[in-house]
Amino acid sequence: MEILVCARRVPDTSENEIEFNAAGNDIERDELVYSVNEADNYAVEEALQIRDRVGGSVTVVTVDGEEGEEILRRELAMGVNHAALVSDDAFNGSDGKGIATILKAFVEKGHYDLILTGVQADDGAAQVGGMVAAMLDYPFASLVNSIALEDGKLRVSREIEGGNREINEIDLPCVLSIQTGINEPRYVGMRGIRQVASVPIPTLAISDLAIDPDAVGEGAAKVKRVDYFVPASSKEAELLHGSRAENANRVLELLAAKGGLK
Amino acid sequence: MPRIFAYVVHRGGIADDSAAELAAAARKIDPTAAPTAILTGWGPDLDAAGSSLASSFAEIWKVANEALGYPNSELVRQALVQVLPPGSIVLVPHDHFGIDLSPGLSLKLNSAFVSDVLAIDGLEGNSLKLVRQEFGGQVNTHVRCDISSGAVINVRPGAFKAQPNDAPSGVVIDKSSEAGTLVARRRYLETIVAEAGDIDITKQSVLVSIGRGIQEKDNVGLAEELAEVLGAAVSCSRPVVDAKWMEKSRQVGSSGKTVKPKVYLACGISGAFQHLAGIKGSPFLIAINKNPKAPIFQVADVGIVDDLLEFLPELTNKARELRGVAAK
Repeated sequence: MEILVCARRVPDTSENEIEFNAAGNDIERDELVYSVNEADNYAVEEALQIRDRVGGSVTVVTVDGEEGEEILRRELAMGVNHAALVSDDAFNGSDGKGIATILKAFVEKGHYDLILTGVQADDGAAQVGGMVAAMLDYPFASLVNSIALEDGKLRVSREIEGGNREINEIDLPCVLSIQTGINEPRYVGMRGIRQVASVPIPTLAISDLAIDPDAVGEGAAKVKRVDYFVPASSKEAELLHGSRAENANRVLELLAAKGGLK
Repeated sequence: MPRIFAYVVHRGGIADDSAAELAAAARKIDPTAAPTAILTGWGPDLDAAGSSLASSFAEIWKVANEALGYPNSELVRQALVQVLPPGSIVLVPHDHFGIDLSPGLSLKLNSAFVSDVLAIDGLEGNSLKLVRQEFGGQVNTHVRCDISSGAVINVRPGAFKAQPNDAPSGVVIDKSSEAGTLVARRRYLETIVAEAGDIDITKQSVLVSIGRGIQEKDNVGLAEELAEVLGAAVSCSRPVVDAKWMEKSRQVGSSGKTVKPKVYLACGISGAFQHLAGIKGSPFLIAINKNPKAPIFQVADVGIVDDLLEFLPELTNKARELRGVAAK
């Protein structure tokens, strides 16, 4: 099985408080800790496990600036066979469809049976996998939380409401968006990343992929971010400012008052 | 003005609450809009759901096909692409079905796609201004969408309040013959219902609920000790289940359980909307989080900015003291 995983480098929200820049049109990115998007990490692990069961290879691709190499090194250390960075100034300002257009062109340069993405990234849009599938005219399933290979097809389960699972059979080649929790991604240490430090990672530009410049970038984007702002909240929590012990006592008083102490 | 459609999710002959929310969202795009409901399915359930929409929509487009008996997004997409007029604005609930359907639908309709929309600021020419969130709800963002070739817009469930409306006559129009041939390369087999866990968190009056802030499996015990003293149960948010620190049956949220306790202690939970969707009945919500910007503080009644791993043992000790005194 030849598997492609589309991954993305994102600010790690568990490590960062997100702040705006002075102009309010972007977040303050200078101090941010970046890592591979969480769902993408599960997708890579799933690809590796499938490869180890049935053979084949795993390729990871990312559309990014040269910083994208960081996460590709990490995926190489996890054990993927190939990594590729797709990078070109012409891609700046692409919307979801633009990114999908770039990835579709990359897919068509190879021969993949299975294409995985994370279910969503930091923008929470959950859109690129489904768009790539539609562009390639491949079948698609989102929110996938298990994959089994049966008779040349896949049996996948999707996470639906209430923790229920929807079981589907899906033909190959296909695109699946992977939900977090599908597996237990292997640990990658600094040592592992150092070991792949000299593995060459090819960079492909717009001309290498024969992408129409009018189909990508800001000019092609039908959806554009205008600004960031602080969510207006209907109610604001009353913050307790006492000592830890005082706060604990106050919580217990509130619990008693609200029927929370039996 | 392009025609606005609301894709109606229905089950067992009953339209989902999201139908009226989509109608409200449509009127935010165009206050004079008479949105059209569109629903797909098969048999008496489809007919019943369609008729029930007569009080919310002036026109209801029905696409009946045996292959659409289960809402397989691949087949629904094929039908919608045939039936929808070019340039339409299509509103879809942002749930597991909308996530499955809409990106590909927008592509096949050659229209724009905006995901998980919370609010709509209005239309200027062909530019629709909408509100989304990024970074797990930590920031809001305005986006502009060029609707000149139509748009598919996924609307966050619960974000728009259903509005009473006056006029509709509620005509059901059968569009089944326009759906064309439907070919599945993805076939629905069955639904596996979530296993019940050792403790039913939906029946608890107090929940000590833990999130990513608990940091590692060994710390789950801190929450369990507190819950024991309080006579409460421990529930959790998605990252805790993803990390295999707790069973799926303890998860609160749209992909987990819906709970309605009297008091909810959100410990190290950021407050993503998928989690909040699982908390009903307006419990008294106490949030403990070391990040003062965590979205949970926007919905909590009381907040404490502190390190969970320090605060929980303190709270447990104080609760034990209180119990000890009470017992004497």
